[in-house]
Amino acid sequence: MAEVEDVNKPLFAGLSDVSIAEDIPVEGDIAVPLSSRNADDEISTLDEPVKDTILRDLKAVGQKFVHVLYPKKSSALLRDWDLWGPLLLCVTLALMLQGGSADSKDDGGPQFAEVFVIVWFGSIIITLNSKLLGGTISFFQSLCVLGYCILPLTVAMLVCRLVLLGSSGLVSFIIRLVVVSASFGWSTFASTAFLADSQPPNRKALVVYPVFLFYFVIGWMILTFSPSQ
Amino acid sequence: MASPDDLRFQEFEEATDLLAADPGASTLSITNSSTTAPAGDVKLDLSDDEENQQESSELLGGEKQSGGFWTFEYYQSFFNVDTMQVLDRIKASVMPLPGRNFVKHHIRNNPDLYGPFWICATLVFSVAISGNLSTFLSEMGNPRYHYRPHFHRVTVAAVAVFLYAWLVPLGVWGFMTWRQNAERQTSAYSFLETVCVYGYSLFIYIPTSILWIIPFGWLQWLLILVAMVISGSVLVITFWPVVRDDTKTTAFVSMAAIVLLHALLAIGCKMYFFQTAEPIAVLPDSTVTPAPLNHTALTRLLQNVNILR
Repeated sequence: MAEVEDVNKPLFAGLSDVSIAEDIPVEGDIAVPLSSRNADDEISTLDEPVKDTILRDLKAVGQKFVHVLYPKKSSALLRDWDLWGPLLLCVTLALMLQGGSADSKDDGGPQFAEVFVIVWFGSIIITLNSKLLGGTISFFQSLCVLGYCILPLTVAMLVCRLVLLGSSGLVSFIIRLVVVSASFGWSTFASTAFLADSQPPNRKALVVYPVFLFYFVIGWMILTFSPSQ
Repeated sequence: MASPDDLRFQEFEEATDLLAADPGASTLSITNSSTTAPAGDVKLDLSDDEENQQESSELLGGEKQSGGFWTFEYYQSFFNVDTMQVLDRIKASVMPLPGRNFVKHHIRNNPDLYGPFWICATLVFSVAISGNLSTFLSEMGNPRYHYRPHFHRVTVAAVAVFLYAWLVPLGVWGFMTWRQNAERQTSAYSFLETVCVYGYSLFIYIPTSILWIIPFGWLQWLLILVAMVISGSVLVITFWPVVRDDTKTTAFVSMAAIVLLHALLAIGCKMYFFQTAEPIAVLPDSTVTPAPLNHTALTRLLQNVNILR
């Protein structure tokens, strides 16, 4: 190295300051140590009891429910998306919408399949719409957000069924109207809190309107549910 | 450097004057709605300046198509609109002015699919929901009436509206293109522009369907008339410049067909979804047999038509 310095002295003056002394060892092991989390995941999720697996997923779903009920700008829904929650909510909603106007004619409320189709195809179409308009959110993240934000409407459906157990006159209708309107507003507000940031600013209204229409239709299905007599 | 005479393909007087004055300039022909230039202006750059060379020439009423139809970007080019543009187009469809061609003035070679699709979706739900509400309100005094949501009507409405919004523009566009090739007329609109016009022209039916809840028969027919006039005039103003160079009979027949189909949609929606003033509980007992339990939408429609007669 000394002869290199002599040759290049005019160009690399001062290089001698940074030359490495011969007595410092420069060999060693450069393997990156595995983080303990990876080792645990590889070993433990296969052997753990089924209860643990289910509880872990349920806890994740429950955590996201809390995020929907108190919508603030957190990224939990977006970062760790899953579709278990939307599936659970959709099945619950569709089941609760059954058993109405049961004269065994088809002029009744929506069938189970109709609710499913509306919720899932509606979410897919809204996601496609927001992506085509230039949104930066991914497909499944958007499905996850739209599905989870049905939670207020499912709660409203529960309340409506309880109210209908009592009476079905004008008073109960007004109560149901207020409850469904409030939960519809809550759902729309919660989903736009998550989705609106991913859109270019001059197209926000174009993306929010289909979400509004989607929850409006679901709210209408809940409001017009009339029990069998 | 080549003189303008060597490069001249068409008689652009202004361009040659400008070029003679300033030989290094690039010349562009600007499509202006007040001129009578056809929609398919070819933009030629007559200058030698390499930096000003245009990469593509705009085709006849062409949209900017990037990529093949299997790529996502191809469809993204049809959603290239802002909120203000959509609102502006909706406003123009509600207030048609005789001089303003919807396609030339508002779409301006940027047809979008956002407007037609979501207007049709909103129309489907507004017609179904308003129909349900109006039936409910008209039967409120009837103690034998049991409220039903009639949810299958949403399916019927969706099929009817979306078929209308896609098949009729296909037919009109095919007809226009065939006449254009046969008769060498002025340019026809592209398929997407036709779909766009039809989609936006359906917007007026949304507030109309909501106002149909008011249970006065004369008011409902008046509203249909107003909506048909507004919506039909949007279509007529748009399509008249294209067919007026054709023979008289063809022009009038095609205009009449467009207006008639539009009217059929409105009246069909009214008849099927807003069956008011006939109490459904009262059935003419001699002619209507008890319907079997296998109800399809068509069976119910026939039943209701029997009731209305």
